Amino acid sequence: MRRIPTGMFVAIALALAIGLATAVSPFASPSPDGLEKVAEQKAFLDEGKLHSLQEESPIPDYAFPGIENERLATGMAGFVGTLGVFAIGWGLAWLVRRRPEAGGPRGAPA
Amino acid sequence: MLDVPIALHIPDGFLSGGVALACGLLAIATVAYALRIANVELDEARVPLLGVLAAFIFAAQMLNFPIAGGTSGHFLGATLAAVLLGPWLASLVMAVVIAVQAFAFADGGISALGANVLNMGVLGALLAGLLIVAAVKVLPHTRVAFLGVVGVVSWLAVMMGASATSVELALSDAIPLATSLPAMLGVHTLIGFGEAVITVAAVSAVLVSRPDLVALAPEELRRPAAPSLGRSIGQEA
Repeated sequence: MRRIPTGMFVAIALALAIGLATAVSPFASPSPDGLEKVAEQKAFLDEGKLHSLQEESPIPDYAFPGIENERLATGMAGFVGTLGVFAIGWGLAWLVRRRPEAGGPRGAPA
Repeated sequence: MLDVPIALHIPDGFLSGGVALACGLLAIATVAYALRIANVELDEARVPLLGVLAAFIFAAQMLNFPIAGGTSGHFLGATLAAVLLGPWLASLVMAVVIAVQAFAFADGGISALGANVLNMGVLGALLAGLLIVAAVKVLPHTRVAFLGVVGVVSWLAVMMGASATSVELALSDAIPLATSLPAMLGVHTLIGFGEAVITVAAVSAVLVSRPDLVALAPEELRRPAAPSLGRSIGQEA
C-alpha cells in the first residue's frame, strides 16, 4: 500500500478520534472501572473527593452542561474534549519542538 | 456514585499528602526531562502527530468496555504512544491527556495528578520503551514478532500502572498492599487484554499506512516507503 501524506494521516486519525468520542462514547460501559470497583469493594471509594479547582470544571464527569439527554451530553463532551486535547497537544508540541538552527536555511519561524 | 464522580483515575482523597507530593515531584521531573528531549528530538514534521495522538488517546479512554463482574476497563495508551513516539515524547502526550481530564473533566484529582501521570503515562511509556527496544534487538524483525511484543508489553504496562496505584494506596494507608494488589491486578488482567487488542490494532494500522511513524519498529518494517519524514504537511500539501 502507498504511504499517505502526513496531513491526511493526521486528518484521518483525528476524524476517527472525534467519531469515537462523539458517537461511540455515549454507549460505553457505565460500570465502574478497575480502580473504582476495587475502591468500592474495599470500602474506600467515599474517600474520593473533588479538588476545589474542579468545582468549576467546564465539563464535569464527561457531561456537557446544559444538555438534558445524557448520551448527547456525553457525545458533546467527547467532541469538544477531543478537539481541545488535539489543539493543546499540537500547541504544546509546537512550543517545545526542536528549533531549526538559527541562521540556517530553515530558520524562519512560521 | 454521582456525588463522587470518579470516572477513571485516582481522585483526590485516596492518596496521602506525602505520597501525592512525591508522585507529583517525580511526574514533574519526568515531564521536564521530556520537554528537553522534545527540544532535541521533536522535529516540526511530527508536531501534529503529538496532537492527534493525544486526541486519539483521550477519545479511546472514554470508551469503557465491560469486563467480568460489573466492572469496566478503558484504554490507557501509554504503550501506543511509546511505540509511535518513543518513551519520553509519549510521557508528554500522556501528561497532556491526563491534565486535561483532571482540569476540564474533573476526572482524576488535582493533588493526585502527578500520581495519575506517573501510573498511567510515565511508567507505562518507559517500561514499553525499554522492553520493546530490548525485544527488537533479540527477536526477528518481522511484523508478527513486533506486534506480538507490542501486545505483551501493552498488557504489562497496564499491570504496572495497577501495581503502582496499589503501592501508592498502601503507602497512603488507604488499603493494605496485600488487599489492593491482588484486587487491582485481578481486574486489570482483563483490562490489559483490551489494551493489547487496541494497541496492536492501532500500531498495525500505522504500520500499513505510515510505517515510518512507528518510532520503535525495527528499521526493516519502517522502510517500505518513499518520501522521508522531513517532507511534512506543509511541503506535501
